[in-house]
Amino acid sequence: MGEKQLMKGNEAIAEAAIRAGMTCYFGYPITPQNEIPAYMAKHLPKRGGTFIQAESEIAAINMVYGAACTGARAMTSSSSPGISLKQEGISYLVGARLPAVIVNIARGGPGLGNIAPSQADYFQAVKGGGHGDYHMVVYTPETVQEAADLTMKAFDVADEYRNPVLILGDAILGQMMEPLIFKEPSGRKFDKSSWILGNRKGRKSHLINSLSLSEGVVEQWNWELKKKFDLMAGKETMVEEYMTEDADVIFVAYGTSARICRSVVNQARKQGIRTGLIRPITVWPFPSETIAGRAKKTKHFFVVEMSLGQMIEDVRLAVLGNATIHFHGRPGGGVPAEPDIMKQLKEILQS
Amino acid sequence: MEHKIIFAGFGGQGVISMGTLMAYSAMAENKNVTFYPAYGIAMRGGTANCSVIISDEPVASPVIACPNVLVVMNEPSLDLFTAKLQEGGALLANSSLIRKKAERKDIRSYYIPVNDIAEELGNGKMANMAMTGALLKIMNTVSLETVFQTMKKTFSPKLLKAVDINREAMQKGFDAVQP
Repeated sequence: MGEKQLMKGNEAIAEAAIRAGMTCYFGYPITPQNEIPAYMAKHLPKRGGTFIQAESEIAAINMVYGAACTGARAMTSSSSPGISLKQEGISYLVGARLPAVIVNIARGGPGLGNIAPSQADYFQAVKGGGHGDYHMVVYTPETVQEAADLTMKAFDVADEYRNPVLILGDAILGQMMEPLIFKEPSGRKFDKSSWILGNRKGRKSHLINSLSLSEGVVEQWNWELKKKFDLMAGKETMVEEYMTEDADVIFVAYGTSARICRSVVNQARKQGIRTGLIRPITVWPFPSETIAGRAKKTKHFFVVEMSLGQMIEDVRLAVLGNATIHFHGRPGGGVPAEPDIMKQLKEILQS
Repeated sequence: MEHKIIFAGFGGQGVISMGTLMAYSAMAENKNVTFYPAYGIAMRGGTANCSVIISDEPVASPVIACPNVLVVMNEPSLDLFTAKLQEGGALLANSSLIRKKAERKDIRSYYIPVNDIAEELGNGKMANMAMTGALLKIMNTVSLETVFQTMKKTFSPKLLKAVDINREAMQKGFDAVQP
């Protein structure tokens, strides 16, 4: 075990990526994730990697594509408007079956919006912000420690499925400092020799692309991709349940919203109000089964998001009419306040 | 034990440094801690604030809706944040720059002339350290000695020679209040 350190979420993600063997980082500055490229610029070259400040977000994601083709662990990061620009590249990464890690430290939108924390990029992250039928694992860490741990895991999952992985945080996760201890990376090795580009001495040539005009080829690719998505959905779902066993009302929230709800649960329990929290750690794959299971017994689900309501659609699909769903949301960089949520919780219980 | 502290003042008063030092020191005493700054608009003379939570339990929300400790270094911060302070919470105000008193009677108010304390020591920049000393006395959670050791570990090489004078300012702030 390493030493306990106090770090910003952004810096913890950057350090964890380097420790996980990421050797190629490409980025373009935007608040509130600037500490990631700044950390990479300072540390990555000294530790044998390559940092490039690209001329744009679009250039950065395509540099990731290029580096991934050679088998390197590659990464880019940005915040909401910049992540929008990367969507074409993300679709191409999936189409070409290339592993990569993308970090979105989200801010208020739409448009340039502001630099305050937001969860309004949920649809973009889990419903395919780019074109075509695709999915990627989306992690939503709530603490600096979890941000570091999931960043390391993201590189393994990306390599295992040859698919991009997204880490979806918000400005609070990026900017706050908390103590953390870096875990040892898994050390898993992935044999990429059957598909990577580069020195082809003694082997047949490889081709990486996402285009075929021959009849049926792209459809067949999609069926192959589906097998992979089904496998990911079966194996990679992560969820935390907190005090849900006897709960009359269950909160569903991820990331920063989940921490705020956890505070409300703690306060409510002290007042004898039986409430709990389901926290999706992956929002794709979504922990539908956990929610469906609880909906057999608990009659009220209370979704809290820093948006006008996006994840609530997946909660509704999981609950399938078996419970009443309530919502509290703050869009455009607003952060839900514990007293407001508590007030609404009490109204739900009185209804 | 859980302290939810908001530090506020204007840019250049060392508000963020105070919060950072408290966060590092609390971590050194194996407390759970989160530090969340107002970010992105940092400029000398602008507003600056940060939130620090120190707790024996894991910290749930890092966002403070209602602090139980409020440290204000200038008058606009007093005006802005005092209403949010929990009933019975502690207000620490820099009376060198804040001429008025808080109107609330359901809080514990401490007025410390931290700029004057710092200037008596020959350097007005250490007002934040005098305030940190007062805060440590009121909170009674993290020890002065831990903070002294933390300064040695976290100060940049350029600032290391100033540890002793900072320490003196902190001690004077500590002695200036009675909880």
